[in-house]
Amino acid sequence: MSKPRFALAVLAFGYAFLYLPIVLVMGYSFNESKLVTVWSGFSFKWWRALLENEDMLAAAWLSLQIALTSATLAALLGLAAGYVLARVPSFFGRTLFGSLVIAPMVMPEVVMGISMLLLFVGANQLIDGPPFGFLTIAIAHTTFSLAFVAIVVQARLADFDRSLEEAAMDLGATPWVTFLTVTLPLIAPAIGSGWLLAFTLSLDDLIMTQFVAGAQSQTLPMLVYSKVRLGVDPQINVLATIVVCVAATALIISGRLTRRR
Amino acid sequence: MSSKTSLRAVIAVPYAWLAVFFLLPFALVLAIALGTNDPDSVPPVALGFSLENFARLFTDKLYVAAWLSSLRIAAVSTLGCLLLGYPMAYAIARATPARRPLLLMLVVLPFWTSFLIRVYAWIGLLSENGMLNQFLRWSGLSDHPGTILGTEWAVHLGIIYAYLPFMVLPLYATLEKLDVSLLEAASDLGAKPIAAFLTVTLPLSLPGIVAGCLLVFIPAVGEFVIPDLLGGTRTLMIGKVLWDEFFTNSDWPLASAVAICLLVLLVGPIALFQRQQAKSLERAE
Amino acid sequence: MTAPIVKIEGIAKRYGTVQAVAGVDLEIERGELFALLGGSGCGKTTLLRMLAGLETPDSGRIVIDGQDMTGVPPHRRPVNMMFQSYALFPHMSVAANVGYGLRREGLPKPEIATRVAEALALVQLQTLGERRPSQLSGGQRQRVALARALVKRPKLLLLDEPLAALDRKLREGTRFEMVRLQEQLGLTFVVVTHDQEEAMSMASRLAVMNAGRIVQTGTPHDLYEHPATRFVADFIGVANIFEVAASRWMALRPEKIRLAAQRPDTAHAVSGKIVDIAYEGDRSLYRVLTESRGVMLVSTTNVTRTRESLFQRGQSVWLGWNDDWGQTLDE
Repeated sequence: MSKPRFALAVLAFGYAFLYLPIVLVMGYSFNESKLVTVWSGFSFKWWRALLENEDMLAAAWLSLQIALTSATLAALLGLAAGYVLARVPSFFGRTLFGSLVIAPMVMPEVVMGISMLLLFVGANQLIDGPPFGFLTIAIAHTTFSLAFVAIVVQARLADFDRSLEEAAMDLGATPWVTFLTVTLPLIAPAIGSGWLLAFTLSLDDLIMTQFVAGAQSQTLPMLVYSKVRLGVDPQINVLATIVVCVAATALIISGRLTRRR
Repeated sequence: MSSKTSLRAVIAVPYAWLAVFFLLPFALVLAIALGTNDPDSVPPVALGFSLENFARLFTDKLYVAAWLSSLRIAAVSTLGCLLLGYPMAYAIARATPARRPLLLMLVVLPFWTSFLIRVYAWIGLLSENGMLNQFLRWSGLSDHPGTILGTEWAVHLGIIYAYLPFMVLPLYATLEKLDVSLLEAASDLGAKPIAAFLTVTLPLSLPGIVAGCLLVFIPAVGEFVIPDLLGGTRTLMIGKVLWDEFFTNSDWPLASAVAICLLVLLVGPIALFQRQQAKSLERAE
Repeated sequence: MTAPIVKIEGIAKRYGTVQAVAGVDLEIERGELFALLGGSGCGKTTLLRMLAGLETPDSGRIVIDGQDMTGVPPHRRPVNMMFQSYALFPHMSVAANVGYGLRREGLPKPEIATRVAEALALVQLQTLGERRPSQLSGGQRQRVALARALVKRPKLLLLDEPLAALDRKLREGTRFEMVRLQEQLGLTFVVVTHDQEEAMSMASRLAVMNAGRIVQTGTPHDLYEHPATRFVADFIGVANIFEVAASRWMALRPEKIRLAAQRPDTAHAVSGKIVDIAYEGDRSLYRVLTESRGVMLVSTTNVTRTRESLFQRGQSVWLGWNDDWGQTLDE
């Protein structure tokens, strides 16, 4: 039969397309030459250069702080929003609420970026805050990533066995205790993966950040973008290698953890 | 705290957040779009009520061309994504169940790395002395290959590359649920493999096709990074126009008008996507 | 007698380390309702799927109506199948489902419409042609699946557990309905089932399968009264099986045994005590702990309405039988 061979060819082509560019970039991070198109020997010199690059380290540290803050906020708000969408069938303005939660997922980032900036500019004129930088970036990231948490939480609650909660209440648990002892532990994996998604999106965001960052702050994607516009840069190759390895490791670990469950 | 008040709080907190940080900003965008550019004030806006900015978007040839090429590039790239993503999703769905998680993980992994870096990876591949041209010269396939970087082709490649996971995942979800015995029944009733695919597999995977295409098309229309890094100055896309009006020309009202139009343009696809999500959630229940 | 419609010669199929079908030879006559009976994993479904062409045998030959069909793909076989899950296309109406096979043949539209209407009338669904499968009851879906498989007038109609998804009440009516259709259309049916009652009551002949092989083929009467092996005796109906000599066993059906308060006038008789009674209305089942043969199962038909005719738990009784009331077995 030719079917398995066709499938194999399709997958081989698809994965080659997905991975060849990344693998080449990773390979060239060990290139001696500054010319990225020429291989002139194995070297760690760009790795050393990156790790001594103060701007890069500062930008990475800022990005990490923003990602931790916004992912945690998004997880809390997204948990509430997802719970409401899955469990509260009707209240005043529910349709609007549903659209508001999902809309940031599909909104073009340039549109969200400009609208957020206009809000912060207006707020600064009226109430002299919030200051541009960490706070404005974290708020912007929280707003668009809470949708992703809400969606996973809602999906998890939709196929949740309600009789488990009913059993807890039958055994004397109040609604709050039921939520804390039964519902929350069971949807924790969904919240966890939503948090991770929000964290990654925040760490990776360029466009919204560029709009709301103000003049003083520079996140890692902003720095990378300013370098990459000028062409290929060996230090960016090193950064790419690190990012891919961290992402792969995280994904493998989370895969193992969910399989053990 | 009674459970009724706490439920109200659970509704009110995310509602308020979204109203202040999502809904209100759009009202501001609309207000600014109706104003005029005033370079001397800070911020550079004079509030008012003028439709001049919108009129410019529909009369100025540059903007019209940008709209059209955005739609064309997004549509072509979406089609490319579908043509590559469908066979991949199909092959993964038909692989042995033990192998599927690994195959899926390999599709998703690039998504968890940096978008910017994935787009960047193509610069070194597609530039004039890039690896693709080196390979073409070395293999003798072409002595004077043209440069892809800086053309619409590079933008297409970049979009297909960056958004492929968004196409494969919903397609896989519908194809994996497809009952194999339906295909066996078609074959048993005399359908050749191609007929069975066209009459059973394809119509039953339509929800996945629609979802995947919208997930690629919607962000692709407003894409900025890919045309900026791979498309060069010749590629016009509306996301880039917005960016340039805002950051380079500091014309906030015009940039706001572009944002409003982009939103109006995407309202149809977005509503379609939301309706489909709601439907598939209902079916899951 | 005409040539058999199906000839299966030395068919075998292995999945990894599991030998699903291990060398099966079988002939099925034209116009009969043949049943393949066996427990789960005995290979009956694999055998059926090889007849349909959905699985390829590792070795052996399948001849259908004189033509070797061994390597022929399903869409070129004169065979149709009714799937256990029914496999109705959810995106098509009932009529479109039934007409699917005819459209693949490229028949003209008016002819398809007539034949679809005929097939739906045959299963009494003429008014439901425009519905979607999801709008039908389980019994209606079953009949759509049957109509879809019938409409092409296949030389062989394969039915994979056709009644398994129906509830008990519906099953009995449908059973008679299917036998009526089979006789009316004169088609050859091959039914796979794990339910021995279903197989016995529907089939003109049946084959009992175990561990990938056919253990015995025959009419329902043959298999019940003359089981060839202990497996068949035990699998079909209920039997008391006990050793009568070295490597010789006797299989004795509960209803064949005479139950009496005094020693009956039979060649063999054992005494015992009733340990359990299951009163089923039309008949009663007794478990009797005998002195020489352990626990034996006996049934009596309750032909009178008086309570006095029933035995009591703990009562001492006699069981008696003659040699020709049971089947002697060598293996």
